[in-house]
Amino acid sequence: MQRHYLLLLILSLGFCSFALAQGTVPVTAPSDKRPNSYAIKAAKVYITPDRMLENATIIVKDGRVINVGVDANIPAGAILVDAGDKTIVPGFIDLMSDYGQPEPEKPKRDWNNPQYQTKTGGPFSWNQALKSEYDAAAHFTTDNKRAEALRKLGFTTVLSHRPDGISRGSAAVVSLSDKSPREVVINERAAHLMSFSKGSSTQIYPGSLMGMIALLRQTYLDADWYNSYGKKEVTNLSIESWTDLQSLPQIFAVGDKLEALRAMKLADEFGKRYIIKGDGDSYQRLDGFTRREKFIVPLTFPDAYDVADPYDAQMAGYADLMHWELADANAVYLKKAGHQVAFTLDGLDKDEKSFFERLDRVRGAGMSDSELLAALTTTPADFVGMRKDLGSLENGKMANLIILDEWPVGKKSKVYQTWVSGEPFMLAPFNEDISEGDYRVQVGDIAYLMQVDAMGKAKVRVRADSAFVDAKLKRTVDRIALSFPSDTAKGAAVIRLGGLVDAKRWYGQGYDATGNWMTWTAEYDGAKPADEMSEKKKDKPKSRSQVATLPELPKPFAPYGTLVLPKGEAFVVRNATVWTNEDAGIIEKADVYVVNGKISGFGESLKVPSGVKEIDGTGKHLTTGIIDEHSHIAISRGVNEGSQESTAEVRIGDVVNSEDVNLYRHLSGGVTAVQQLHGSANPIGGQSSLIKLRWGHTPEELKIEGADGFIKFALGENVKQSNWGGNTTRYPQTRMGVEQVYEDYFTRAEAYHKARQAGDKSVRRDLDLEAIAEIVNRKRFISCHSYRQSEINMLMKVADRHNFNVNTFTHILEGYKVADKMKEHGVGASTFSDWWAYKFEVWDAIPENGPIMFEQGVTVAYNSDDAELGRRLNQEAGKAVQYGGLSEEDAWKFVTLNPAKLLHLDDKMGSIKAGKDADLVLWNAHPMSVYARADKTWVDGKLYFDRADMKKRQQAMRVERNRLAQAMLDEKNAGKRTKPVEGHGGEHYECDSIH
Amino acid sequence: MRTFLILAFTLLLNQLQAQFIPGAPQANPIAITGATAHLGTGTAIEDAVITFANGKLTYVGAQTGAPSLAGHTVVDASGKDVYPGFIAMDTRLGLVEIDAVRATDDIREIGYLNPNARSLIAFNTDSEIIPTVRNIGVLVAQVTPDGRGIAGQSSAMSMDGWNWEDAAIGADEGMHLHWPRDFRMTGWWAAPGGMKKNEKYNEQVQSIQQYFDQAQAYAKTADAIDNPRFQSMEPVFAGKQSLYIHASFAREIEDAIAFADRYDLKPILVGGQDAYLLKDLLKEKGISVVVGPVHALPQRGDDLVSQPFETPGQLHAAGIPIAFSVGGAWEQRRLPLNAGHAVGYGLPYEEAVKGLTLTPATMMNIADRVGSLEVGKDATLFISVGDALEIRTNILEQAWIGGREVDLRSRQTELAKKYKAKYTRGE
Repeated sequence: MQRHYLLLLILSLGFCSFALAQGTVPVTAPSDKRPNSYAIKAAKVYITPDRMLENATIIVKDGRVINVGVDANIPAGAILVDAGDKTIVPGFIDLMSDYGQPEPEKPKRDWNNPQYQTKTGGPFSWNQALKSEYDAAAHFTTDNKRAEALRKLGFTTVLSHRPDGISRGSAAVVSLSDKSPREVVINERAAHLMSFSKGSSTQIYPGSLMGMIALLRQTYLDADWYNSYGKKEVTNLSIESWTDLQSLPQIFAVGDKLEALRAMKLADEFGKRYIIKGDGDSYQRLDGFTRREKFIVPLTFPDAYDVADPYDAQMAGYADLMHWELADANAVYLKKAGHQVAFTLDGLDKDEKSFFERLDRVRGAGMSDSELLAALTTTPADFVGMRKDLGSLENGKMANLIILDEWPVGKKSKVYQTWVSGEPFMLAPFNEDISEGDYRVQVGDIAYLMQVDAMGKAKVRVRADSAFVDAKLKRTVDRIALSFPSDTAKGAAVIRLGGLVDAKRWYGQGYDATGNWMTWTAEYDGAKPADEMSEKKKDKPKSRSQVATLPELPKPFAPYGTLVLPKGEAFVVRNATVWTNEDAGIIEKADVYVVNGKISGFGESLKVPSGVKEIDGTGKHLTTGIIDEHSHIAISRGVNEGSQESTAEVRIGDVVNSEDVNLYRHLSGGVTAVQQLHGSANPIGGQSSLIKLRWGHTPEELKIEGADGFIKFALGENVKQSNWGGNTTRYPQTRMGVEQVYEDYFTRAEAYHKARQAGDKSVRRDLDLEAIAEIVNRKRFISCHSYRQSEINMLMKVADRHNFNVNTFTHILEGYKVADKMKEHGVGASTFSDWWAYKFEVWDAIPENGPIMFEQGVTVAYNSDDAELGRRLNQEAGKAVQYGGLSEEDAWKFVTLNPAKLLHLDDKMGSIKAGKDADLVLWNAHPMSVYARADKTWVDGKLYFDRADMKKRQQAMRVERNRLAQAMLDEKNAGKRTKPVEGHGGEHYECDSIH
Repeated sequence: MRTFLILAFTLLLNQLQAQFIPGAPQANPIAITGATAHLGTGTAIEDAVITFANGKLTYVGAQTGAPSLAGHTVVDASGKDVYPGFIAMDTRLGLVEIDAVRATDDIREIGYLNPNARSLIAFNTDSEIIPTVRNIGVLVAQVTPDGRGIAGQSSAMSMDGWNWEDAAIGADEGMHLHWPRDFRMTGWWAAPGGMKKNEKYNEQVQSIQQYFDQAQAYAKTADAIDNPRFQSMEPVFAGKQSLYIHASFAREIEDAIAFADRYDLKPILVGGQDAYLLKDLLKEKGISVVVGPVHALPQRGDDLVSQPFETPGQLHAAGIPIAFSVGGAWEQRRLPLNAGHAVGYGLPYEEAVKGLTLTPATMMNIADRVGSLEVGKDATLFISVGDALEIRTNILEQAWIGGREVDLRSRQTELAKKYKAKYTRGE
């Protein structure tokens, strides 16, 4: 066995690389073609993850497996490699690798001088983050040092790409051998890589996640147009590459679970399927993945927080604590839900060396041995359509394999050889182990007892009655070196022995204590039963989450998430003061009956079927849910695209964050629906999303079905960048310019729409103009951030000229100056109750604004624009009474029926009327009282908030937080690495924040 | 452009200002009868009689036992509510007019060690914001510089006056120390990140300690070379000036209190978002708290959703004196609402009133003049049509500061009138 090893070592030195080389490279020295046929025998051979043969032999020729089996015929001339008791598995494949690629540039962004145009030279995309022309194969260089590190972990093949840009261009499948790129690139265009990250792009657009999604959406459309028409007019090599890449597997790298959902939704729009490279948290929103999906899963498991200090501990983000425990079960949850999983080293960086330990943890979390192997071999090969060549050891496959001591691997598993395309890479000799147990060492006439422990540490008893002394014992391949003091006394002479290993017997020459050169031997005497050994080796897999207890997950995976989503059972609220917002007004001691999520009826002593749940409303007030016309809660990665004067193409609906605890906090304030608005950085902002606060559901499930489309516009200081300080170069810088932006866009949008309507397909589909054309066609409705009367008037006149109506002025703090004009135009107002003085254009804001507009016949709402204020809009309504003397009934409509009207939702929401949605709130007191609390909040007849239950949930989290902290402490005390605590702030946006 | 804005702004100010003339000294004795008098001391008297003359309260009590009202101007306030003027703590009133217009902003001096910065002299009695807060009952304010480290000195100012000298009730009453943050927010407002531990926390705490050590040594050194910053610290060590420490997380609060102990100082905690976690300590040390905005989001995702609303009630129940603050300048119009909201979550009503009146007056050492309806104190009070902590009934009928009747109009009420006139005329 050892002799074969040595032979191989010699054979493989340097020259092997020519063995398979054909092709175009001139031979410049006497040729040295060598045999390249091998027979590799091992105790266990995994041909596929599900098929293992014992004592089988793999026959390899010209880099491929040509036969495998127990009785495989060994061809004459094949070099025999006997791996003894070892195990052979197919080589691992990593699909998310930057191996051999040049490092992307580090972007230097100059915030004071925004860069609006691309800096990429040549006829490429207008946007620097679209790098579809990047050809990973063309830029690939072999990096043997890196390849060796990967081979040590069992990898033989990677999909190499440069992680830079939203489209990152093509990726190439390369073998991890040390040969030239010509030989190791085995599929030069294997996949198209994408991400939600601008990478090295210094261009300002897109500045938000929704901007990135919009850019991709537009790019799909541009590609169609370019190929049919555009090519005659312009040359765009990025789009040409993009088109070519479409037939390949599409791999999308995302930052979190919600981004995975967003990417998949985008794929659906264009009939694509993406392979999702997740960030390790995909399990947290499993219900969002409605089909069998393909995931590339990292093995990034967070370290425990150092929670020894309780003041730090209480700052730790709750979801992070939960994730810490469950991270290693991510792949298991995905598998159990029927998804396909491939593993990647991506994200491990310096922790790469713990790769096997991490696999073992995944196994401990419940992944089967064959699933584990498939995730490293057949599945990734499948993902890139290369099962024909890769992923298993069946006949005809590339001879990519690993010889290791066991499968599945554990923390201490060892890779002895990695074979890449039939070429062996020696990583460790098959046997350098020194068996644990007793040895009889004979040096000349003297016999010693030596004991070797599991760690390979040796000690020797120098006399039958003496204590043990520490010995130095080292094995290098088949040579052994042993030295130990000749006596227990300090300074005793050292006996130095060297020699060879032959099975269990060692023999050789050395110096005894007095310096005599003599023969020595050592016989192994302490063999332990084989099964006991293997039992010991295979410790129970270590994962934080254990198979049997893989828990149900809260929805959302956030504080106040719930295991059980509320169900919509019929109920009746009895004896409450009911604020109908209808002609019936405020009725004392009335009942409201809810069936199937709708209000079925109301009145005194309502008769309902027996068994219907009764809720006592005595002394309480029942109202419809509060609707916030202007909110920025539950939005991921930016509320402003803002980088261009119009970004009508971006959609808040693309970035709804169902995990934001502010949704639950809003329910606690009786809010049931909000308009999630784009920010106010540009005259034409993005499209809104209208959601109900169905806490626990996925982003798509939060959206209000069939709602009209809305869009944010903005006027004044923000859009003309008044408070930006020094360098401002973007048009417009004055209110004069703002009008001209609108005129230009509406005029162009009209022309665009006309041309498209006429069927002129040569007109490129432009999602920006399309959204603006929808406004002109009264299919999309403006909510315009506005303060000063001059510009309010201006926008109404622009709309008049283009024959549509502005739907809502939001903020509208000088609305009281032009309320009559607003009434005439038919525009509504969504304003603040009492904000002012935060910037110059709100110097004339007054708290009588809402009431004055109302008195002039304008539909008026009060909004929050703020996650904190959003929880107490009921109080804000009271200010219409305080400052404007409005009736309580009218004031209450400012936060319920009127915003419903402004959002075109009043056919479903905003009043208590049979057939309307049962979005209801039970208050403990007069709803506009400062002393009022929402005790229960229903959305669609489902109880999403209950004050008593809220306290219970908080108690439960306290218990859970302590349990997790204890577990983290255990890890710390066990000497595991920890990291400083990080917390989650009160993440929220205000479009009007200027500080 | 900017010059133009400032010019336009100045013109506007000139145009609408000046009509709100500070109240004249009280000429005749005044009696308010029939109202519920909320004394600010934690109690209320129904159907009360309140009299004041020469700017001072002369009687507060029941009808029976009231002096003769002959010679008094009698205000019948039956069914209405009377309160001592509310006191806004830790506010930028009079220091900033428009947040985004830098020229109007005097809230923060440069650097970290500004004990000699005095808000008093920057206080703009003609601020257009002031009338908008006194017409919801805020008649006294602790005008306070903002900043990090030692931000400077605050003064208790009357919300009516010709200039800062006559508006001052408690000049330079407090020194404000902003304790270093244990955890800091990452990201920026458009893309907020998580909270990270402040690695320099201990270093920053030590540097404050060092500065206080030096300042204390300076105070004890008879022949020290003049150092205006250290001189400004002397009243703090002499116990003549309140030390306000702004801190929010538990560790910060605890460290701040231990720090003050070193100098034998009893600080007043400002903000104190985590104070509810340290009730025993605060009680033991006799610390009172200016509670940060009740209208705030919880500090942590899994905190009780209503925690900020419940904190004042919890502190009071533990025997810790509380006052209210909403920070900012124009935002002070929400002050009564903040206190009222805490009542909805367990704070007894009259204690909420006390937190707006007597407790803050005591903190600022001006309780001999304002903060409660007690004989001998300034006649700084107002009549509301109803409960002044409740939104719909916080509607002031009359207010007096030191017996001078306050003009309850504001630039905002006049703008409302102006445009209502437009619609009345039908133009």
